Amino acid sequence: MSAKRQDGNDVWLVVRLRGLSMRLPRRSLPVMAVLLALLATMTVLSVSQGELRIAPFEVVRAVVGLDTGNPDHALVVREFRLPRIVLAMLVGTALALSGAILQGITGNGLAEPGVLGISQGAGLAAVALLTLSPATSGNLLPAVALLGGLGAAALIYLLAWDSGSSPMRLLLVGIGVAAVASALTTYLIVLGGITEVQRALLWLTGSVYGRSWGHVRTMGLWLLVLAPFALLGARALNVLTLGEAPAKALGQRVNFARTGLILVAVALASGAVAMAGAISFVGLVAPHVARRLVGPAHEGLLPVSALFGALLVLVADLIGRTVIAPAQLPVGIVTAVIGAPYLLYLLLRGRSA
Amino acid sequence: MAMLAAQNLTLAYDQQVIIRELGVTIPNGKVTALVGPNGCGKSTLLRGLARLMAPRAGAVLLDGKSIARLSSKQVARQLGVLPQGPTAPEGMTVRELVSQGRYPHQSLLRQWSEEDEAAVEWALETTALADMHGRVLDTLSGGQKQRAWIAMTLAQQTPVLLLDEPTTFLDMAYQVEILSLLDELNEREGRTIVMVLHDINQASRYAHHLIAMRGGQVVAEGDPRDIIDHSLICDVFGLECHVVRDPVSGTPLCLPQSCPLRLLNKEGRDTTP
Amino acid sequence: MTGNRASARRRFGRGALLALAALVVIGLALASMSVGSMRIPFGEVLGGIFSPSGSINDLILTTVRLPRTLAGLLVGASLAVAGAIMQALTRNPLASPGILGVNAGAALAVVIAVLLLGNPPLATYALFGLVGALLAGALVYALAAAPGVGASSPLRLALAGAVLAAFLGSLTTALLLLDLNTLDQVRFWTAGSLAGRDMELLRLTAPYMLAGLLLSVPLARQLTALSLGDDVARGLGVRSGWIKLVAGLVAVLLAGGSVALAGPIGFVGLVAPHLARFIVGVDYRWIVPLSALLGAALVSLGDVGARLAAKPNEIPVGVLMALIGAPFFIYLARTRMRR
Repeated sequence: MSAKRQDGNDVWLVVRLRGLSMRLPRRSLPVMAVLLALLATMTVLSVSQGELRIAPFEVVRAVVGLDTGNPDHALVVREFRLPRIVLAMLVGTALALSGAILQGITGNGLAEPGVLGISQGAGLAAVALLTLSPATSGNLLPAVALLGGLGAAALIYLLAWDSGSSPMRLLLVGIGVAAVASALTTYLIVLGGITEVQRALLWLTGSVYGRSWGHVRTMGLWLLVLAPFALLGARALNVLTLGEAPAKALGQRVNFARTGLILVAVALASGAVAMAGAISFVGLVAPHVARRLVGPAHEGLLPVSALFGALLVLVADLIGRTVIAPAQLPVGIVTAVIGAPYLLYLLLRGRSA
Repeated sequence: MAMLAAQNLTLAYDQQVIIRELGVTIPNGKVTALVGPNGCGKSTLLRGLARLMAPRAGAVLLDGKSIARLSSKQVARQLGVLPQGPTAPEGMTVRELVSQGRYPHQSLLRQWSEEDEAAVEWALETTALADMHGRVLDTLSGGQKQRAWIAMTLAQQTPVLLLDEPTTFLDMAYQVEILSLLDELNEREGRTIVMVLHDINQASRYAHHLIAMRGGQVVAEGDPRDIIDHSLICDVFGLECHVVRDPVSGTPLCLPQSCPLRLLNKEGRDTTP
Repeated sequence: MTGNRASARRRFGRGALLALAALVVIGLALASMSVGSMRIPFGEVLGGIFSPSGSINDLILTTVRLPRTLAGLLVGASLAVAGAIMQALTRNPLASPGILGVNAGAALAVVIAVLLLGNPPLATYALFGLVGALLAGALVYALAAAPGVGASSPLRLALAGAVLAAFLGSLTTALLLLDLNTLDQVRFWTAGSLAGRDMELLRLTAPYMLAGLLLSVPLARQLTALSLGDDVARGLGVRSGWIKLVAGLVAVLLAGGSVALAGPIGFVGLVAPHLARFIVGVDYRWIVPLSALLGAALVSLGDVGARLAAKPNEIPVGVLMALIGAPFFIYLARTRMRR
């Protein structure tokens, strides 16, 4: 009997304390450790790159607040580079978590927040603000974009609701709503003044250029509140993936669970889009990579997706800043360039969750 | 012990009423089979009893209390359900699937207690899947997959088990394997088992209690040996058949009559006219 | 005996419906010719086309309104038939040229052209648009035909197409960000419009669409068999591999020609075949011609609306099409996808 117990514990790490118990897939621990290490090194590397090259050791000193002999370092590191890099990681985390949840709920490996009309709704709101009242944008932009994204999501949910929240209908209605939002956005782009339109377009692509600590604080808070709910939803997601009837049979309140999880996914994605524009493919690619690394159990899938998403956006930003220096490629383009070939590869192999 | 019953139950999909004001009691500690032709409502009845469908009217009672009033987890601790044709997500192992069966006993703080682990081990042993516990479900045969799903409902440790066509699409050997397993569970532990079966002969072999349905109504119910005869099969299935005694189990065996019939004489020569 | 009478009656009924649709199209075409910054009454329109008298109105008719109206009819018919073919090929009620990324491919090619050539004429737009559409179409066609994708799940193909369109769109945006001039020039085109489409452009792009429309007639009967599934089709003697290739080529020609002429216009290819299916059933021999007529009617109607809705400015036809088409698509999603 005890020999068999060992087998179960090979896959799972169980922690028990006085009637409370928790478990985590064993595989996910080393993977998370490696990802965290990579994040740390890539952060230092990214901070060191740019017009002013800073040696990695000096980067660490500047971040921590110690003097490095060059007074510019502190400014460049702490005011310019660090905020955007940290934001990139936070945004990547949020998008990856959102994508993982949506893929779990819909049972479709091609689902991601960008395809659900959330980014298009946010995009419409943002472009409307930028083209119709350019003078007042700036600080209002994230809030307006957030409302646009949440509004589109609410609309999609209401339209797809039919005594239940069928995942398939949700995705299809999402495509429809996205099309309307895109059409309206196109109209605004056709009508607007050219400089406003250019700003709008830049925002639409997704970029962390010029982001400040204010952005980081907001996004950080957003993530702090939402991420725990996402991670706690891991068990519910596991049950949902069995199918509607078995989930009900196991005593899950399926509609309640789905609605709650969708809310979290939408909020995460909307927040990320509000801060950095519609960065594509992160929510799609990260869960798939995580699944290959640690398997489908969501207790491990969610945190690993989150860390990988952070790493992806961080690296994409680094590439965007350096590959055609001194010009910068917005991060949303680099993620698309990396993401699409992978997506096509997935399709040709016929894989989808 | 839980007593499961339907009281004036009406079940419908959208505009189509399948079952109207049905009353039936599931005998405790016995194996009950729901049989009938396609579209008679047997699966619908099972789904209603399992709380997979909300009734249009009437109620399903568990120990005299309407299950609609109980929380889903409470119901899931009493009723284990195996729906038709379940599919598991890619990459799930047998152990992970069976572990999901513990969901109704778990909570945010109690995610994996010792009882959970013991239940999973026991379920794996009972369904003879212990050495396959780490295998990915997609790599298993049909019968093994079905056993894994049954193991999941076993891990739920419910006094009542409801199964919707547990043997359809399985070949004969697997069908017998599953049905024998269910029979054993009933014998050894006194669990109440309710299953929808397509094969009337299997039903009469393995069930203590038969509920024959047609057009959303119960046509007959009782011990198979008492109720299965030529006129019942005609009523329910519209089929002419000989009813003989199964030489192995002693229960009724239906042999359909249909044309053309190949008639072989005693020497095995074809005498078809 | 009664069977023959019933089917004859059905054929008469469907024939009558086709004739009715044709009449509607002619009416809308006339409307399209009379509407605009100068309102030209119907009587004058007919006179102007058949016996032009050199007056200003007649000049407007022949050089501006006539090509624009013809373009609208052609584009509408082509997109509708392309959509019908794609839906039959992929056995997927969600397929349409726009959703499958063909428009996005054309847009990217056009942006590259403008970036490289500065300020090319509309004809160059047409050329690059055609090439871009063909390449994107080929890519998505390859994905659709690959094992494991497409026929088994309408959703998977729609998502794949949507993501491909998003990818191509983001590349397009990247290029537009690099050059303000390109952005300014191209943005009206990318919304889809029939404004400024003259005879020369029509002559350039019409051959592709006309060829596609002609080829679609004999194709239609094979499509019905194909829509029943590969195995069934082969059992009926349809050489499905060959037919799929030809049908795919025709669909991409039609969609590519349309995009070259009018820019990316979405949803006609989705909406028209479904409407046709509601009216005449599932036989593609009827669906194809009726879709063509309905598509022509839709785009003409949209173009008239585009000219009238925000007078004196024009709303790009492409925007109007999406605003009309998307609610219908959502309605379809609600009613056809029950689970």
